[in-house]
Amino acid sequence: MHSFIESFRSAILSIRAHGFRSFLTTLGIVIGVASVIAVVSVVQGLSYSINSEFENLGSNTLTVRAHTPLKEALKGKIAKITLQDYQDIKERINDIDAITPIVTGFGKIREVKFGSQIEVSNVIGTNSNYRSVNSLYMSEGRFLTFSDEKKRRRVAVIGQSLITTLSLPESPIGEYIQVGGEWFKIIGVTESKGEIFGIDQDNILFIPFSTIQSLIGRQSSFQMDIQLSLTNLDSLTPVQKRISNILRTNHDLAPEQPDDFKIQTAEQLRSSFTSIIDSITIVLGGIVSISLLVGGIGIMNIMLVSVTERTREIGICKAIGAKRHHILLQFLIESVVLSLFGGLIGILIGFGLGSFAAAIIPNFPAANVPLWAIAVAFGFSAAIGVLFGIIPAAKAANLKPIDALRYE
Amino acid sequence: MSLIELSHIAKHYTMGDQTVKALDDVSLSIAANEFIGFIGASGSGKSTMMNILGCLDSPTLGEYYLNGTDVAQLPESRLAEIRNKEIGFIFQSFNLLPRASALQNVMQPLIYRGFSLATRKTLAIEALEKVGLDTRANHLPNELSGGQRQRVAIARALVTRPSILLADEPTGNLDSQTTKDIMALFDQLHKEGQTIIMVTHEPEIAAHCLRTVTMKDGKVLRDQHA
Repeated sequence: MHSFIESFRSAILSIRAHGFRSFLTTLGIVIGVASVIAVVSVVQGLSYSINSEFENLGSNTLTVRAHTPLKEALKGKIAKITLQDYQDIKERINDIDAITPIVTGFGKIREVKFGSQIEVSNVIGTNSNYRSVNSLYMSEGRFLTFSDEKKRRRVAVIGQSLITTLSLPESPIGEYIQVGGEWFKIIGVTESKGEIFGIDQDNILFIPFSTIQSLIGRQSSFQMDIQLSLTNLDSLTPVQKRISNILRTNHDLAPEQPDDFKIQTAEQLRSSFTSIIDSITIVLGGIVSISLLVGGIGIMNIMLVSVTERTREIGICKAIGAKRHHILLQFLIESVVLSLFGGLIGILIGFGLGSFAAAIIPNFPAANVPLWAIAVAFGFSAAIGVLFGIIPAAKAANLKPIDALRYE
Repeated sequence: MSLIELSHIAKHYTMGDQTVKALDDVSLSIAANEFIGFIGASGSGKSTMMNILGCLDSPTLGEYYLNGTDVAQLPESRLAEIRNKEIGFIFQSFNLLPRASALQNVMQPLIYRGFSLATRKTLAIEALEKVGLDTRANHLPNELSGGQRQRVAIARALVTRPSILLADEPTGNLDSQTTKDIMALFDQLHKEGQTIIMVTHEPEIAAHCLRTVTMKDGKVLRDQHA
């Protein structure tokens, strides 16, 4: 124990004796750890904000969307959810609290025009239920109603961003804009939803489902998603099963054919997002870990130099009774202290960088450093110290006392 | 039984396809409290002798009994223990740790014994007092004169209370006045009962020894008591 303390003291002493060299050596680890922490903190901040986004979508919500299996897609087939599917689900399933079709405009129907300003926006045809299923709030005016839907009114609810991009008056209720070449009256503005993955969630425009149908025309079929909320959470699985049966029958799928649609709960949607974020974290983290490896090699290099420089000292210590493990420990502690020190500074700098990056990118969520990332960075730098310190330390410990003493 | 018993010790080095016999069949015994000097020209084998006596090197052949144990073929970790407990080294070039103070240098061997800091300090100060250097305990080696450095080295050798003090040209780097002082110290230690083995090529140093062994070509040429 006493010899351990002494090894530690002597390691610190020799790090301090070569202050500038030690600093340069740790710089590799500092940069490595800092970039790992910065990347992880930014990506995790993003994930945190996406998770809170999904909390708006209640846990009793189901989303039905078309999904073309890869094999079918290669044959040029594209799966679709049809109007018939929507009507069948709506009429034949009992436990539905609210159901809403979601049709996204395409081609010309994405163009929104006010005066001379034209903006390509996310035009969505839906009904009054959309607001409750998605926990959407209004900042002004009203959302689409049942009667808008029934009377196929040319009314639109717009997102915050369109006010600025189309140069609309600050309170745009009652203004007329053109969507896909037809005139629409603005009846409401939604509350801001921010950005996800840098995509503006407020560049959006809602019009009644029946209206978008007439814009698209009866002939051409369109891509549709269905969202529905259930009266009772217990019926989640049976409802999923029944929807699946209806869709399989409607799409004429033989028993061996895979589903050409997906029925997902909010939880499933979130976990698919989370798994994307996790892969991003791993890939980016992996790339920046290479700099940690480089830092480790830097430490090994300087430790080897240090062993050579101190060959004579090692010889003296051995002559007066140092055993192999005394010398090994001393050099190992030295390299671990070097890399841990670098890790510590790296964590601080990385956190600073992450916060800075999150702060200067507008609408970006705040950086969030999970405790595990700190633990991993710390453990990793200690491991690097051991891994890259062991070879120089073993070299020192294995020196023959007689050769080490004679070394000039 | 004598303190040191060498029987048929040989040390061979291979250089290319030639075998150099640095020590060739040396048998010798040294009793406790002897003051013995190995003399001879360079290459005579006296340094190899020193290394083997100090357990820094193992002989190729032969047996070496130190305090009754055969140390000739012990593994390195056991040799480290023996160097720590039984032998005190004094080198020509002092061989102090440059970044450690005089006191820390003297405490160093005790670390490997696992002594606590307080014990190490007490013993080290005691040893420094013995060589008359307790007032300069906190100086670094490069702040000390040659003679003072060698005193620190002697204190370091004494602090473990070794069976033998092994000095390799201890005055080789010192001026004549300091040499006298250091040799006086050795005489005094010998009087106190310390066994001292010294390697030198200077006749006036060898004159202090009560027994001189003259080496030549790896063999003992002469072994005379004063």
